[in-house]
Amino acid sequence: MKHGGDGLVFGGGGPDQSVTRAVVLPFRKSVEISVKSLKVRFFRNLITALSLALAVSFVTFVFVTTDTAQGLFESGKPALLDMLRHAGYDVSPGVTAVGGGPKERWIVALSLLVCAVGIVNAQLMAVTERFREIGTMKCLGALDQFILRLFLLEAAMQGVAGSFLGAIFGGLAAVLTGLIRYGSAAATHLSWSAAGLSVLEATGIGLALSLAGVLYPAIVAARMRPVEAMRVEE
Amino acid sequence: MSETHTIVRVSGVTRTFRMGKVEVQALKGVDLKIKQGEYLSIMGPSGSGKSTLFNMIGGLDKPTTGKVFIDEVDIAQLDAFELAWLRNRKIGYIFQTFNLIQVMTALENITLPMIFAGMPNDEAVEKGLKLLELVGLGKRHNHKPQELSGGQQQRVAVARSLANDPAIILADEPTGNLDLTTGEEIIALMQELSEKRGVTIITATHDYKMLSASDRVVWIEDGRIKKIESRDQLNITIGGIDAH
Repeated sequence: MKHGGDGLVFGGGGPDQSVTRAVVLPFRKSVEISVKSLKVRFFRNLITALSLALAVSFVTFVFVTTDTAQGLFESGKPALLDMLRHAGYDVSPGVTAVGGGPKERWIVALSLLVCAVGIVNAQLMAVTERFREIGTMKCLGALDQFILRLFLLEAAMQGVAGSFLGAIFGGLAAVLTGLIRYGSAAATHLSWSAAGLSVLEATGIGLALSLAGVLYPAIVAARMRPVEAMRVEE
Repeated sequence: MSETHTIVRVSGVTRTFRMGKVEVQALKGVDLKIKQGEYLSIMGPSGSGKSTLFNMIGGLDKPTTGKVFIDEVDIAQLDAFELAWLRNRKIGYIFQTFNLIQVMTALENITLPMIFAGMPNDEAVEKGLKLLELVGLGKRHNHKPQELSGGQQQRVAVARSLANDPAIILADEPTGNLDLTTGEEIIALMQELSEKRGVTIITATHDYKMLSASDRVVWIEDGRIKKIESRDQLNITIGGIDAH
């Protein structure tokens, strides 16, 4: 066998080297792999997504409840204002918008924080479980960024699905509560665009949370040395 | 076949690990030359530094002192990107625990390194099917690893190691998790590949079945090379081993 440029690892040279030496993972393939990984660990991913959905639904509930109150407040009808005052909102003259106090904001922030910690925990476990898979991929030539991308993609899909479901659920719950509390006026005065915006906003928060939660575990995974794949632990 | 071309050169390699406060020297100065197309086995008891040496050769670990050259390129000089490229194109890995990616089918496992190498999907699938045919699993391409026996999984792993026509195949205890006959089949398969394709095969093992297939055997003990034997010398020694 002759071994010219082909047999030599770094033989050849020339301007096309950067092209021939590229290691790539097309985006479509990354998505395909991520979807497969999500499907295989469906139950565990469902639980992670569910915890996210819960936090997001709570956030949406708070947002849309405020939207409902705002709608009633803007109607300016004394009877409705009275109901709002009863419900604990500050509707004294001079106030231009009703909303939750700082306490409510703290509760929302805390619920998001708890959720983020939960996601980091779940994702770290997922990474540990997949050490061998990641190590193997690296032995096959995967770059750190491929691993990072796969984890981020998985988290993004999980985040969008979980958050959106949670947001819809939370929004519906808030509207229903409004109907029970204030009667049909709640629905007629509610600005649907504001409610829709709240749902989208909460979904966005959920997605950001999911990505932030996976970042550290994904970096741990991406930096892992391929020798780990060789390690035998039964 | 070129007898003179050296594909791997290990020169004065030592490797020290820190185990808490104690420093353990796993390799105490190893020199080794591996020729292209050779079937080389690294033998030694566990803890002898066999795996450490093996990982060095595969570019999975870097020596504390000394150098490892693959095709006369010092692998310590390579950056992360070049190392990934080396693992992708020049080295094929076979593991004791098969290490197929569980979520993918046999065919997808084989095509993954080709995708990394930038090969278009159709071409990769075509080549993957050929490789599966080569290892005798042509009809099983759509099976997931869990649906295959250990021997079949290792066959898929062998096919995967060939994906980008590497110059070197590194097999770490490839028969360690297989029964006697399946292990023999895998050894025969690797020997055939080494002969027909001129691939350099390097295995770390303590499976004596591997001896008869090897062109040369490197015995490692306590971080040093105890002896290197070529095949004709081996037949005499094997009797001695069996007597143990």
